[in-house]
Amino acid sequence: MTMLTKSPTGIKGFDEITGGGLPHGRSTLICGSAGCGKTVFGMEFLVRGALQYDEPGVFMSFEENEEDLIKNFSSLGFNLPTLIEQKNIAVDHVFIDRSEIEETGEYDLEGLFIRLGMAIDQVGARRVVLDTIESLFSGFTNEGILRSELLRLFRWLKDKVVTAVVTAEQGRETFTRHGLEEYVADCVILLDHRIQEQIPTRRLRIVKYRGSTHGADEYPFLIQANGFSLLPITSLVLDHPASSDRVPTGIDRLDTMLGGKGYYRGSSILLSGTAGCGKTSVAAHFVDSACKRGERSFFIAFEESPKQIIRNMKSIGINLEKWVKRGLLKFHPVRPTLCGLEAHLAAIHRAIEDFKPNVLAIDPISNLVAVANIVDVKGMLLRLIDFLKTNEITTLFTDLTQGGMSIEQTELGISSLMDTWICLLSLESSGERNRALFIAKSRGMQHSNQIREFMLTDKGVQLVDVYLGPNNVLTGSARTTKEAQDKAEALDRRQELERKRSEMERSRKMFHAEMAMLQARFESEQENLQKAIDKEEALEAVLKRDRNDLGTMRKADRLIVPKSEGKDEKGDFE
Amino acid sequence: MTKKQGEGTKENYQGAESIKPKYVLRLYVAGTSRKSLRAMQNLNKLLKEELEGQYELEIIDIYQQPIFAKNGQIVAAPTLIKELPLPLRKMVGDLSDTNKVLAGLDLSGRE
Repeated sequence: MTMLTKSPTGIKGFDEITGGGLPHGRSTLICGSAGCGKTVFGMEFLVRGALQYDEPGVFMSFEENEEDLIKNFSSLGFNLPTLIEQKNIAVDHVFIDRSEIEETGEYDLEGLFIRLGMAIDQVGARRVVLDTIESLFSGFTNEGILRSELLRLFRWLKDKVVTAVVTAEQGRETFTRHGLEEYVADCVILLDHRIQEQIPTRRLRIVKYRGSTHGADEYPFLIQANGFSLLPITSLVLDHPASSDRVPTGIDRLDTMLGGKGYYRGSSILLSGTAGCGKTSVAAHFVDSACKRGERSFFIAFEESPKQIIRNMKSIGINLEKWVKRGLLKFHPVRPTLCGLEAHLAAIHRAIEDFKPNVLAIDPISNLVAVANIVDVKGMLLRLIDFLKTNEITTLFTDLTQGGMSIEQTELGISSLMDTWICLLSLESSGERNRALFIAKSRGMQHSNQIREFMLTDKGVQLVDVYLGPNNVLTGSARTTKEAQDKAEALDRRQELERKRSEMERSRKMFHAEMAMLQARFESEQENLQKAIDKEEALEAVLKRDRNDLGTMRKADRLIVPKSEGKDEKGDFE
Repeated sequence: MTKKQGEGTKENYQGAESIKPKYVLRLYVAGTSRKSLRAMQNLNKLLKEELEGQYELEIIDIYQQPIFAKNGQIVAAPTLIKELPLPLRKMVGDLSDTNKVLAGLDLSGRE
């Protein structure tokens, strides 16, 4: 069995959600209320088919005549007269006026078949649009005949292997007023035009697509100067590339905090903070550093004009003007309230496709809440992020946190969509306000858990360590004071140490001195004692000699002095 | 709005040349289908009875000349168009409902 082949519509976004377009060789029913864009869809299907896919087409209009069609579609940039002349498109206006018609018996719609057949042969059509075939029901009363003829028509179209688009008005409880979905059962698409909070949004939903998977959501779409554009979540699956390339933030210490290298290429970064805490400056650094590397940067400004941003950034030493002049930086200033969300998204898409930037900054996304409710903004951002990731554009979103809210709470609740989330906050203490920065999360990289003080200097953003005390974090002059205090204390400590050291020296010296003195005394005592000993010995010797001399003088016998005697006599001396 | 005689296939041209025709009628048929043949029969019968000598009839086969289907804004077949006298009327079907046909030809009051 062969797979269902598809005819690409060329309509932006539509082919993505249907996985290739409308079912080839079959009929598709487009239903919706008046003014929801059925005719535009049909005509764009034909025009793009003729121009992009070399498939000529027939537009059978039951409502507008050829002249009106040409006029209406020239505003969408479709040059119908040329296409008709080149036999790329044939237009047939089927005019049915109930008041002129009298039914006088049995009939069929052979006239319609012949006209359609002729038009198909005329251009060799591969595509057919019947807009709005239900008009037949207002012209003819015999529903039995109409229904059997419609059934025959759709079979006939299938036999001719043309891809057909049939439009129909939406009924009250059915998709179409006359139940056409019973005949055209292969693919049914519902268009809707709703007004919510004064902002109209067009939406498209694929109700049914036989033999094919399709997105089941309601997809917002736009009808713009270049036709129909549907901005779906670009793919039905999450499969965008994940680069391990890094993109510097433009602030050295912030790079350090983010694993030393900065953001991942193609990631989305949220920069949230209260008013005046330096979001735009961080964004400007990012854009500036990208331009320095020769990458193309795109700056979507929802709040300030480009001139104002350039002036303000000059005050912190960032010259964005030169990048604008060199064509590396492009501003896209737009008031959020200018148009609906979808129009913004489409404009951003177009601008990105034209400019092909490497990095993008949106400042700030919180302003979008002015035009739509939070759920829609979130949906739009999701689609935008998806688109940006698919194109590997590194994007920095700034988001204003309202005062009084928790810092780690974004107004839009979109932090889960972001890869890296940097929080800026202002710390208020001792009569001043200081900025601080920390990284709330950064997927897939080591990142610092430290709070850094964030200073705007004339050389740009500087990150400084905050004073981390036992109880609190100090910034600004409190930090400076604390640092001075610390310095003084350190000096004190050094002095104390010095003092102790010299004291130790002194005591050592004293010890040595005392030692020397003792030694001296000891030595002198020793000396004295020795002298006394010598003297006594000398005296002894003298005495002994004297005794001997005396014996000799007394003419004593040979003097034998027994040692013991001698000892007795001179006992004390030995 | 009215077209010159020569444009259609005049397969079945009735009416006296000398008398200025009052009615200009065109019958669009799809080949020789049952409905088409019946429509031709019904019309001929009726014209003979009601408008003898006062009409100009053109029968056009849209199979053979599809461009006439487009130019004549034909959707259903068969279709009889009363081009003149105004107002223009389209009678679709095999013309078997004689009363409706007569009404369409503004002849319902006559007898």
